[in-house]
Amino acid sequence: MTVPEKATTSPEPLLKVSGLVKHFPIKKGLLQRQSGAVQAVDGLDFDVRPGETLGVVGESGCGKSTMGRLVTRLLEPTSGTIEFEGKDITHLNTAQMRPMRRDVQMIFQDPYSSLNPRHTVGAIVSAPFRLQGVTPEGGIKAEVQRLLALVGLNPEHYNRYPHEFSGGQRQRIGIARALALKPKLVVADEPVSALDVSIQAQVVNLLDDLQDELGLTYVIIAHDLSVIRHVSDRIAVMYLGKIVELADRKDLYERPMHPYTKALLSAVPVPDPKRRAKRERILLKGDVPSPIAPPSGCRFHTRCWKATEVCERQEPPLVSLATGHQVACHHPESVSDVQLPPRGPDQAPEEKAGAEAAQKVTKKTES
Amino acid sequence: MLAYLIRRLFAVVVMLLVVTLTTFAIFFVIPKWAGTDPALLFVGKQADPAAIEGIRQKLSLGDPVLVQFWHFVQGLFAGRDYANGSDVTHCPAPCFGYSFRTEQAVWPQLTDAMPVTLSLAAGACLLWLVGGITTGVVSALRRGTLWDRSAMTIALAGVSLPIYFTGLLSLAIFSYSLKWVNVDYKPFGDDPAMWFESLILPWITLAFLYAAMYARLTRATMLEIMGEDYIRTARAKGLRERVVIGRHAMRSTWTPVLTLLGLDLGALLGGAVLTESTYNLPGLGRLAVNAITDKDLPVILGVTLIAAIFIVVANLVVDLLYAVIDPRVRLG
Amino acid sequence: MTDLTKSSGQPGNGDLPATGTAAVGEVAAAGSPAPTAFLEVRDLRVHFPTDDGLVKSVDGLSFRLEKGKTLGIVGESGSGKSVTSLGIMGLHTAGQYGRRKARISGEIWLNGQELLGADPDEVRKLRGREMSMIFQDPLSALHPYYTIGRQIIEAYRVHHEVTKEVARKRAIELLDRVGIPQPDKRVDSYPHEFSGGMRQRAMIAMALVNNPELLIADEPTTALDVTVQAQILDLIRDLQKEFGSAVIIITHDLGVVAELADDLLVMYGGRCVERGPAEKVFYEPQHPYTWGLLGSMPRIDRDQTERLIPVKGSPPSLINVPSGCAFHPRCPYADVPKDNITRTERPELRELRGKDAGGGHFSACHMTQEERTRIWTEEIAPKL
Repeated sequence: MTVPEKATTSPEPLLKVSGLVKHFPIKKGLLQRQSGAVQAVDGLDFDVRPGETLGVVGESGCGKSTMGRLVTRLLEPTSGTIEFEGKDITHLNTAQMRPMRRDVQMIFQDPYSSLNPRHTVGAIVSAPFRLQGVTPEGGIKAEVQRLLALVGLNPEHYNRYPHEFSGGQRQRIGIARALALKPKLVVADEPVSALDVSIQAQVVNLLDDLQDELGLTYVIIAHDLSVIRHVSDRIAVMYLGKIVELADRKDLYERPMHPYTKALLSAVPVPDPKRRAKRERILLKGDVPSPIAPPSGCRFHTRCWKATEVCERQEPPLVSLATGHQVACHHPESVSDVQLPPRGPDQAPEEKAGAEAAQKVTKKTES
Repeated sequence: MLAYLIRRLFAVVVMLLVVTLTTFAIFFVIPKWAGTDPALLFVGKQADPAAIEGIRQKLSLGDPVLVQFWHFVQGLFAGRDYANGSDVTHCPAPCFGYSFRTEQAVWPQLTDAMPVTLSLAAGACLLWLVGGITTGVVSALRRGTLWDRSAMTIALAGVSLPIYFTGLLSLAIFSYSLKWVNVDYKPFGDDPAMWFESLILPWITLAFLYAAMYARLTRATMLEIMGEDYIRTARAKGLRERVVIGRHAMRSTWTPVLTLLGLDLGALLGGAVLTESTYNLPGLGRLAVNAITDKDLPVILGVTLIAAIFIVVANLVVDLLYAVIDPRVRLG
Repeated sequence: MTDLTKSSGQPGNGDLPATGTAAVGEVAAAGSPAPTAFLEVRDLRVHFPTDDGLVKSVDGLSFRLEKGKTLGIVGESGSGKSVTSLGIMGLHTAGQYGRRKARISGEIWLNGQELLGADPDEVRKLRGREMSMIFQDPLSALHPYYTIGRQIIEAYRVHHEVTKEVARKRAIELLDRVGIPQPDKRVDSYPHEFSGGMRQRAMIAMALVNNPELLIADEPTTALDVTVQAQILDLIRDLQKEFGSAVIIITHDLGVVAELADDLLVMYGGRCVERGPAEKVFYEPQHPYTWGLLGSMPRIDRDQTERLIPVKGSPPSLINVPSGCAFHPRCPYADVPKDNITRTERPELRELRGKDAGGGHFSACHMTQEERTRIWTEEIAPKL
């Protein structure tokens, strides 16, 4: 999905998220007191620019789906702010959110459970009109049929039920529903992961076409790094509730800076049998730690081969480099390739030391 | 686990207090509706005013309701004295008071009736679990066959037919016509063989109703479990089908069965009432029915409390059993 | 697999000496001689009667696999790949209740023994000992109420008359081998106390406890995260080297088979459309469906911004399988061969001729080899 011209020039982000936190409390004991919290999302900062596709990738438990539900306000954030077109929507209640729902829509993973089996396709796709009390030009039925045609379904299937459709077709119904009100932002949570490979490609192409046609902005959440590489303009990599790296697609895949990103990319099996002997694979130890008690300092340090004492102690901030590449690591990879950002005086000396140490480490590994 | 137990036991105590209070309230509300008063119920219709006043004194019916309730609870744990001047009757703990009809202490009546109901309930429960689960499993394994369809038809009949119908029918056939069994109840201590014989028909009658439900539940659960991945794994290991069913599938059917059992143990007393009346068994059910017809309030109160304790404890046991059966269940 | 007889579904060549044991000799005599390959599947058909009709999940599948080799079976949901694996394990017939039973025909030869005609109890004794299987979702594939150790011990003791203590030692040894930390403690854990990756490791330990010669892995990493998937694939590869077993890996993910498989078999609508050495199938695919799979896949190793090339339409119904070539309704080249043959005649699996002859590369397509090679090199490959 190519970035339209305006995206790069537009100064105003469509969605601006800062310090976003969501903790789910855990209750325990005799008096059911809160004994802890699942720190699903723990301090996210990012922008989504109009017309672009932001890919969000990470393993299970990294908080990517929770993030999706927070920015569409299906969940109430614990703290932080979400701004949509400059308007603070962080704590709007259901009624206040209603007008916003036209502009922000969501596509879900499972095309089997996200459609009510007792409603016809027509009823499902027209639901947004009825909820918003909007009558589109030419009437609801005509508009729904236009939407069905838009997503590649037969408009005459208006009166059919979801079970009469295949998985891929159901996902198209979900997309038609999401597009009914001509939203500006579409958040898609694993839109293709439940589909077969050949069908997956159809839906990816459809999302692509719709973006070009309707000028949509996407936030696409997925665990599949290949799909994310294909659809995204910029990509955020999440690990245990934090963004560890955020960069342009090309940058991220060609010069990953966070060790986690590097490991993640190297772990993806490549459909190229000749390459399996050649490629070096970084095998991470163990599993993702529990988000109830995430590791101190850098959350990745327990599995990181570059971790030093500072990683255990201090959490690395998400730092923006001159290239626009953002990374949260004390010892980033490929540092020599890119210019380090000018460090402001407000930066703690320790951090500088950390970055310098990182450079040394990288050089050592390279030589 | 300990915190859980403490919390649950605390809840049990509160629950029982509430049940007692509610039933105790009935003690006063019902006579009011009936346009009479408890003292009158106690002494009978032709009593002279002095006797009524005496009883009122003796049972402290003049005190405020809460004070009376307090005396009642005290009596349960410490026993109490009923006094009218020099006329003192000591009622040892647990004191449920005296029957209006027989002027006998309620507690001994309850302790006499309890073994009967427990024999009936435990035997029937065992019978319906064994019968219901076996039928359900076999039906599931022979899904769609003649056996399955007949078993499920009989089960449907079992769920639909009322106890007094099946009870009276079996009584008429097996006891009166064929004279195969004698249904006069004998306590186990007196004559175990007679005890067993007298309870066979009640057990079957009561169990038939429940077995039917358990058969249907087990069949449905079993069908679901046989499609589970871990059953496929068990077969892939090369286990004999007997072991696959016995060790892997059956183990999982217990959870839903236990859930239903927890609910049924509570409702069981209702079934026991009908069965006991039908077979004239001197159990809690019959005691309760008689007490209700006689407006014998202390007995009603006693039976209700015993039933409540039974339900609450049964539920607690079922919840604890969950944790024993399923290691994923963490109490807390 | 590499020397599979030319026409699928036909008995093997006469030059294969019969090595069947006495027990299966009768079966072999009635059908065809026992093969020399470690595993040979001949014309396997698995059909399930349903209310809507006969579901032909697998409809004439043949392949061969030698010890120490890995065969990847690739296909989308409903292509029959899992049904095939369960068929080899004899799990369609084991524990079949009720009136409707799967109808299975063909031959499955494992180590010179024919399994489909054999006594079910004999096949049961092979399960878990000579052939074992790991499944997609290790959480649902392990019994939730029994400890990991107990389940592994059980798997060992079915086939070995040993005490619980001996079996327990063996279980701990295997758990250690598959990389579970503190195996002597974790052996007493329940499946829900393990993470997804650990459960799959435990599953593998259980499958390998009897040193099977054939390991079937059905989507072994689909339910796992990428980093854990890499660990598990590595483990399977290492264990295969160590145990020298034959491995069948079933997956929808071409990346996974590219990592592991020596040979590849692509299934569509219950039939094999292409099979051959992995590199051949990846670099010179000969069937339009294989092209479709390759074109549908976004690539992690390329910065590709063009559109994907999906396969149009949806997978076929297995009850009313399209006539002729099952793929023809979705095939962009269905009209290349003459006389409407793609709609009327089922294409045979034929080996490639010319320089590829004898390489074991087969495909079932009505187009000529020249047409296919031209389309692949000129139209498809440049776009990938």
